Amino acid sequence: MFPLVDHLGFGTPTDYVIAFALGIGFGFFLERAGFGDANKLAMQFYFRDMAVLKVMFTAIVTAMTGLVALSSFGVLEMSSVYINPTYLWPGIVGGLIMGAGFIVGGYCPGTALVGVATGKVDAILSVAGGMLGMFLFAESFQIPAIARFYAMDTEGITGRITLPEWLGVRPGIVAFAVLVIAVAGFVAAEWAEKRFKPLEA
Amino acid sequence: MEKKPASYMNPYVAGIGLGLVLLGAFVVSGRGLGASGAIMRTVVKAEKIVSQEHVDANAYLSTYGGGERDPWDEWLVLETLGVLVGGLLSGAGARRIRWETHHGPRISRGKRLVFAAVGGGLFGYGARLARGCTSGIALTGGATLAVGSWITMLCIFAGAYGLAWFLRRLWI
Repeated sequence: MFPLVDHLGFGTPTDYVIAFALGIGFGFFLERAGFGDANKLAMQFYFRDMAVLKVMFTAIVTAMTGLVALSSFGVLEMSSVYINPTYLWPGIVGGLIMGAGFIVGGYCPGTALVGVATGKVDAILSVAGGMLGMFLFAESFQIPAIARFYAMDTEGITGRITLPEWLGVRPGIVAFAVLVIAVAGFVAAEWAEKRFKPLEA
Repeated sequence: MEKKPASYMNPYVAGIGLGLVLLGAFVVSGRGLGASGAIMRTVVKAEKIVSQEHVDANAYLSTYGGGERDPWDEWLVLETLGVLVGGLLSGAGARRIRWETHHGPRISRGKRLVFAAVGGGLFGYGARLARGCTSGIALTGGATLAVGSWITMLCIFAGAYGLAWFLRRLWI
């Protein structure tokens, strides 16, 4: 039955209108959470404001629970849902570079766009810098070693693979473990905010 | 007197809202949310205007904009346009729209802008190498329990936390 796009067709005007509507929802909640402000985002890494972790993991758990439930009821066909392909080493190195970019610049691309929408000048610079970084990536792709590294896959942990498949357990079990870890993370986050709250505040 | 901006939404409530939008994307469109992909496509769009030959000659760029291909003719581009509109609507409703730069107490506005651009550049490069950013990988891939997405998500946090102490003058 779902995903609906199997019936609507990819790349149709309807598909694009839906994309636009979903984007509005995405941008709305990012902004409402305070993610248009780089200062607030960066405080995550000094344990003073853990909203990044709270919002992100609440969202992951909400969507994950919905996916596991809908697919186990047979309503949603998971084989029609896009699963990010795994490329272990490019994913690790790319992730570390992104982390460095996050603490240097204060934004990730999605939050920077929301910052742009609300007039934050640093967010405009972040997006402009991001464009330059992406331009340079494409140029560096001409270096054979980089193109090879980008395409490098690792035996046994590559392509369309999920944690339940990799661990050989049912999705519900992994989902439950993620839920438990998230709740533990929320408890730790609440504690950290009290512990590391700036004295002057 | 001008009214003050509204306070931010409770993070757990915002998270549930975001999660339901993400679930809606999976259920309706069979895919999650994203951000950096549309920025890349905008870069390719600009490069096509400057030099179609350059785009065609680059194996990475040509997957987005080779030949007649329009880099903007994609779901993610419309979704990201929505992100801008959604951010604008939310910001307007909360009286948060104004030209300003947030920066830490120990850094000047000018330096903050330089670091914002450098950080954005690093994030952009890393996002292309990892095939997505916090939206497309950590959030979307996190919810579908994709192995690589969880690894990349942990690496984003590790990279930021690992450098946070050294860069504390930028923020606190």
